[in-house]
Amino acid sequence: MITQTKDRPEEVGIQPHILVFSTSTISDIGIDLAGSSHLHYSPTVVFIPVSCSSGIRPEWILYALGRGFDGVFIAADGTDCPFLADCTDRTARIVGRAQDLMREQGIAPERLKMAAICSVCAEPFARHMHQFAESLIALGSESRAG
Amino acid sequence: MNDRRLGVYICYCGGNISDYVDCEQVREAVAGEPNVEVAKTTMFACSDATQQEIIDDIQGLDLDGIVVASCSPTLHLMTFRGVAERAGLNPYQYVQVNLREQCSWAHTDLPALASEKAVAMVRAGIAKARYTEPLQKTRIETVPRVLVVGAGITGLRAALALSDLGISVYVAEQQERAGGWVGGFGSMYPHDGQGRELIGSLLTEIERRDNITIYTSAELVEKSGNVGDFSTTLEVSGERITLNVGAIIVATGFDVYQPEAGEYGHGSADVITLPEFKQLVDEGEGPLEYRGKPVRSVAYVYCVGARCQSNGNGYCSRYCCNAAMHAALVAGRRSPGLVQYHLYRDIRTYGKFEKLFEQARREGSVFIKFTEQDPPRVERYNGGNRVTVKDVLTENRELELDTDLVVLITAMEPRINPTLSEVLKIPVGLDGFFKEIHPKLRPVETVIDGVFIAGAAQAPRNSAESAASALSAAAKSAALLKRGFVELEPLIATVDPDVCTWCDDCSTACPYEAIERTPYGDREVAIISEAVCKGCGACAPVCRVGAIDLRGSTDRQIKAMIDAMEVVHV
Repeated sequence: MITQTKDRPEEVGIQPHILVFSTSTISDIGIDLAGSSHLHYSPTVVFIPVSCSSGIRPEWILYALGRGFDGVFIAADGTDCPFLADCTDRTARIVGRAQDLMREQGIAPERLKMAAICSVCAEPFARHMHQFAESLIALGSESRAG
Repeated sequence: MNDRRLGVYICYCGGNISDYVDCEQVREAVAGEPNVEVAKTTMFACSDATQQEIIDDIQGLDLDGIVVASCSPTLHLMTFRGVAERAGLNPYQYVQVNLREQCSWAHTDLPALASEKAVAMVRAGIAKARYTEPLQKTRIETVPRVLVVGAGITGLRAALALSDLGISVYVAEQQERAGGWVGGFGSMYPHDGQGRELIGSLLTEIERRDNITIYTSAELVEKSGNVGDFSTTLEVSGERITLNVGAIIVATGFDVYQPEAGEYGHGSADVITLPEFKQLVDEGEGPLEYRGKPVRSVAYVYCVGARCQSNGNGYCSRYCCNAAMHAALVAGRRSPGLVQYHLYRDIRTYGKFEKLFEQARREGSVFIKFTEQDPPRVERYNGGNRVTVKDVLTENRELELDTDLVVLITAMEPRINPTLSEVLKIPVGLDGFFKEIHPKLRPVETVIDGVFIAGAAQAPRNSAESAASALSAAAKSAALLKRGFVELEPLIATVDPDVCTWCDDCSTACPYEAIERTPYGDREVAIISEAVCKGCGACAPVCRVGAIDLRGSTDRQIKAMIDAMEVVHV
């Protein structure tokens, strides 16, 4: 359990909690590279590794949003996917299905984001985390689950 | 919850984790979790002593699952699966939590929050471990052939080593001729071996071997398949050739830093780079001449394009001091009385190459130290070049050196080949060279199983170091293929026949045709072939009734992990 308290150092402010589904063969490597390059992003970003982004169930995304996460980010393999040539399209369909379910529950579809993170995409990953956090801050707590 | 008995180990990584994450706080937070029989911190979880301690715990406390919170699984997943196996525990009852790359190193700026995150991550690992199952690997046959990309000294040496071990080798060289950089060199440090002769003898030996084929003007354009059984396509002079190999060694070598126009006078007459100077001293005999004029004096400027804060490369390319020192000695032999000034920032003639430095000093070379902030200036003067430099070791006195030739000691750079990077998808480091899994523990392996790297494609290296890494890559790939089989992960998809209603969606979604229909009682259900399934899990989200699970990340495990990291807004 992570408790979002308000007594953070002032310069940090309240950071949105982001769950990242990352792939253990490709995007985790890029995310690891971000860490080993000491590229900072918010410590409120946590990870669940999966085999391939096309294997993510839409209900997991809804489940995470229901458990207090402000946003879910899918770090997909894009064209680097070792399994599926059309992985991007398949993952996009999963995102579409999840966003439909989110709309039904009054959750802003912007709380789910997907991007290709390759095995050397350290800087793009860190940038995505900053941008996604900013857009979640802009959304406020209104359109959150629960 | 269930009656699992778990052991949890939180690694300091000698400070890499514990400098930013309060490991003791993490241990205290998770020690009381249900199912956790033992929770410990350790200085190095991967050390022999801790591995043995974990084995003792598994056996002594009758543990049926372990969690190690340490570094990236790419580094030590196999290490700790091995620990589990040695203790008699199924290796798939082990869960690794990446506290280093995905926590401490990414949050060095916010240690308190990093510690909170670490607690959540370890709890998620424990949640996953609660629902692990014992699994068995599947075997596939390997192809006893290797594709070596690049026919420089690294590629050729690797090919011969593999041939010695009875493995067939294809070598693909992009250029029209095999040999690479060394094939163009004369005398090389430290023993004055001749590069051209060295490559010549390797090629002569290769010609005698039936099991080595070299393709020149060839480029790797496609790769598919798995470790042990790749299908690769070469484009050889416009023609496409398909080769079935078990492993690939990338030995594509390096490029040389090209100084910008005006950088230390580059572009003006009598200012040349190290490779150009090497060619000058390698060719011809008798006193040195450059463009028909005798060379009586030379100024060498070191660290050009290396160790730069702003332009060029940040790293030291390590071979250049030695190469420059050696070229200066050869030049001195050809032109007795040659005046030589070495303008350096630091000299790194490491190991036995210190002798080259010593010899250069004995033979009269003058060494002048400058700083990066105050570099030498090279200007045209009186039909030659004037180099102005502040000598740091002599009270910053400004020296004006009028020389016939200025040699810029240029850095090694990664050779950029977008097609190859695209096809092989091996990571490159921040310096642009191909990146190994670990520089000490797994120095020639990449994250792509079955694809190895060697030589100067991986890091700045001299020819001897490149040849050594070629042998390492050859040994690694031969060890992989000589076994005759590789074991594939059992982390594949499974169908719960009691839930499945056979709608065909999953078999349509599977690109490997791993899913078929099978009778089950009085109904038909889907069944997944263990040998064919690659474990992507793409069939799971399309199942309307949720009957499909991917082993290792089941629906229950993922939801338990999310529960463990639940966020409470207050």
